[in-house]
Amino acid sequence: MTRLENLPEPQRSHIAKTELPTFDTHHWATGPALSRRRIALISTAGLHRRDDMPFTFEPGDNYRIIPGSTASDELIMSHVSTNFDRSGFQQDWNIVFPLDRLHELCDEGLIGSVAAFHYSFMGAMDPTDLEPSARKLAGLLRDDKVDGVLLVPV
Amino acid sequence: MGGLAHYIEQEGVATTQISLIRLHTETIQPPRALWVPFDLGRPLGVPNDAGFQKRVLVSVLELFEESAGPVLKDFPEDAPVTGKQDAVWTCPVNLALKKTDLDDADALRAAFKKETVELRAWYDLALRKNRRTTMGVSGLDINQIVAFIGAFIDGVPVNPRQDLSLAYTLNFAVDDLKAFYYEAVATRPGSTPPGAAELDDWFWGQTVAAKVLLAVKDRCLQKDDKMMQLLGKLLLVPMSQVSSEDRGQKTEDRSS
Repeated sequence: MTRLENLPEPQRSHIAKTELPTFDTHHWATGPALSRRRIALISTAGLHRRDDMPFTFEPGDNYRIIPGSTASDELIMSHVSTNFDRSGFQQDWNIVFPLDRLHELCDEGLIGSVAAFHYSFMGAMDPTDLEPSARKLAGLLRDDKVDGVLLVPV
Repeated sequence: MGGLAHYIEQEGVATTQISLIRLHTETIQPPRALWVPFDLGRPLGVPNDAGFQKRVLVSVLELFEESAGPVLKDFPEDAPVTGKQDAVWTCPVNLALKKTDLDDADALRAAFKKETVELRAWYDLALRKNRRTTMGVSGLDINQIVAFIGAFIDGVPVNPRQDLSLAYTLNFAVDDLKAFYYEAVATRPGSTPPGAAELDDWFWGQTVAAKVLLAVKDRCLQKDDKMMQLLGKLLLVPMSQVSSEDRGQKTEDRSS
């Protein structure tokens, strides 16, 4: 369980002492009812297609595009951290990238539609370094008619 | 994660997110978040349980129906326990670690190679059963990976990837090596897949591969290259397994 108190040291202290950005303003984007929203996934698990370059710390190497047609055997993970479980992803990609589940919820009418493109960052980066890419991505999401983004950490 | 939510929301696209570290989410205060009490690496809770995953998804998506934020809610269920209830889980291969001379680089490499050959049949079975593998980040096959990583024990191998630095090739080769081991042993017939901590305890406590990686970790720390240093300090061996006292510790002891 990721209750902080249950994590072993030194991982617990490492996570507790991580420097984080804070935000003075709290924007609140609106949209249609959930049953009419178009949902995109953004993961920070360092996911990409098998023939994409793995993630690195090179400046600008921030995200990968995952087309909605990507099959489960095409998606791999190159996150640099070794301090989280990967065996769940090895058994079932939905544990970090719940695309099958999203399509099922769409078929059941809970959401309106599933985006044509999804995205992955590698979460080991300083969040402020990702700001330009995130803002650019928002435009790409709007082009895909997305009005609901589900962010999934790892 | 919460930072991305702020930036995207500021551009006018609504976001909702899963939170694995509640403390971080309380600090960053993204617009909408659902904290889940699951292992790091398992934000949807449990593999191959569509019903459970769907309950998590519905809970986090329903935050779009909130009228104002920031909102942070807690998912009310723990992930179903896997592995630990199956007390008979053991590795399908009898790994003879005690016979390995860890101070002899050639003997260690030979034992490492032998171990991967023994596991190959189980990896192939897993591949046929799952019809997918998460190996492939390094672009090397298992024989190339064993030779490449093994050479680090007492030397510096030629980088087989011209488009990546030696340090990144090592990092990705280690990812693929662990995927090979974990996928191979999670497929034992008549046994439910072990839990995450059980697999870690097995790999780091019982395999020659782990002994090789610990030796390579020490070699990385001797290098001047910054990425090699980072590999040695943080990226090859999990923090929970760095100490010899912790390595292979029983899951029940560590989580109590």
